[in-house]
Amino acid sequence: MDVAEQTQAPTDPSTVDSQRVPTVIADDVHVIYRIHKGAAANTGATAALKRIVSRTSTPNIREVHAIKGVSFTAYQGEAIGLIGSNGSGKSSLLRTIAGLLPPARGAVYTLGQPSLLGVNAALLNDLSGERNVALGCLAMGMSPDQVKRITPEIIEFSGINERGDFASLPMRTYSSGMGARLRFAIAAAKEHDVLLIDEALATGDRKFRIRSEQRVRELRANAGTVFLVSHSLGSIKDTCERTIWLEGGVLKMDGPTDEVCRAYEGR
Amino acid sequence: MANTAVANLHPRLTPAELAQRHGLKVANDRPPLREYTRQVWAYRHFITAYSRAKITSSLSNTRLGQLWQVLTPITNAAVYYLIFGVILSQGRGSIDNFIAYLCTGVFVFIFTQTAVANGTSAINANLGLIRALHFPRAALPITVTLVQLQQLLMSMVVLAAIVLFTGEPITLRWLLLAPILFLQTIFNIGLTMVMARFGSKVADLKQIMPFVLRTWLYASGVLYPVSLLRDHLPDWAATLMEANPALIYIELARYALLDSNRENLVATPMQLWGTALAWTLVVGIGGFVYFWRGEKEYGRG
Repeated sequence: MDVAEQTQAPTDPSTVDSQRVPTVIADDVHVIYRIHKGAAANTGATAALKRIVSRTSTPNIREVHAIKGVSFTAYQGEAIGLIGSNGSGKSSLLRTIAGLLPPARGAVYTLGQPSLLGVNAALLNDLSGERNVALGCLAMGMSPDQVKRITPEIIEFSGINERGDFASLPMRTYSSGMGARLRFAIAAAKEHDVLLIDEALATGDRKFRIRSEQRVRELRANAGTVFLVSHSLGSIKDTCERTIWLEGGVLKMDGPTDEVCRAYEGR
Repeated sequence: MANTAVANLHPRLTPAELAQRHGLKVANDRPPLREYTRQVWAYRHFITAYSRAKITSSLSNTRLGQLWQVLTPITNAAVYYLIFGVILSQGRGSIDNFIAYLCTGVFVFIFTQTAVANGTSAINANLGLIRALHFPRAALPITVTLVQLQQLLMSMVVLAAIVLFTGEPITLRWLLLAPILFLQTIFNIGLTMVMARFGSKVADLKQIMPFVLRTWLYASGVLYPVSLLRDHLPDWAATLMEANPALIYIELARYALLDSNRENLVATPMQLWGTALAWTLVVGIGGFVYFWRGEKEYGRG
């Protein structure tokens, strides 16, 4: 790990303290998943019995150290890209920032309630798009009146009704792109202090991507902070001026998007 | 090493101090109990909408859809009628109207039974939702109970028909059913919360619960007259069994609905009310506090 790389802060350090308001501070965050290996080897009934008899600790629980001591500070109005190969801990880090996944060690401090927008945000597939919108908005803490007012806007923004009345059909009939668009539209309906976007923009078509990038810029303009996980360096370069590169659960580089992307591509 | 970047930006401040200075809070911190209660209340619309959505989606693939909410208790009652009314025809000693007696017990017990069974997986079955959205997790066990409450209310309509059909009069005491079911609902919410937290840690619990619940069924005087407990058990065991919350709620429901059964209650109505209230308060509040204490851990899975 190169310390010199890490210290390349996006702005001049001397101006930071007085003027910029931090929205997310990660302080040496560790995330450990405890996984039941399930049907993997050595979990047969006899093996389980042997374990109980010999009183050895259960080997079918494996610990996966997904994030190993990541620290950074994010400020108001910043859009930060998160890059790294598959399994490098990007999504885990987002979940931890959102407060949805408790860190094993260290702490994450946030201003307000960060909101995670992921492709696997669970909505009820048997319900119509409209009812999912209502449910999602209620889950974000809106009042029923607000929900009623905002539902048509969300449907409109998601564009799922462009090919007939899909809003009243169950979500299991949607294409993956439509589902992702609806989820993004729901999450983007609210003003967030911190918005975390996990690959959600990748599935939409070109028209929707332009609309959603516009929405991300609006959210930033309202002094929010946006985190964006993506494997498409193009969309990171378009929306983010700062980028964090994670590799194997360790923060490898943190700095201006151009530099980090160049290093990432040339690895 | 990991702190270098931060230290360079803020030479004088540790991350924790910086966070405090700008009013940042620890993500996924557990709110104080009072605040947590307020949050749960603020999410009441979500809870009701989510329960309704669960009910709709659970039956959306069936041809008869919502009709099953009534058909299930009717089928249930029919099976018990077949076994206890036709095959084992009466012979139940002191109970005059055994079919109504039995159905009251079965429907009231199923409310608690299903809520507890589903509550055991309330956290683990919703990990996707928990890791995607922010809401007080207590909403999940409450939802489980409310879904079953809705089912119970349907069963109560069927039960009223059965009770009338078997020749019981309508009395003012029927109104008591509302407070009884209210107490039972609070009790169920509390118990579901306890089970949800247990179940989130020990997934094996789900495999054991059917047996625990069946044992509870036999100990609750559902399938046979409660008086059998006193006849066949030593005194202390019978007293213990008679304090069983499920039995208390069932006896209260029988007291409210069955005029013919007024002489056969396990205790005086006042005693029953007192015990029911005590159970409701202890389990309702205790379960909520116990669940709240684990709030931070639920995303980990």
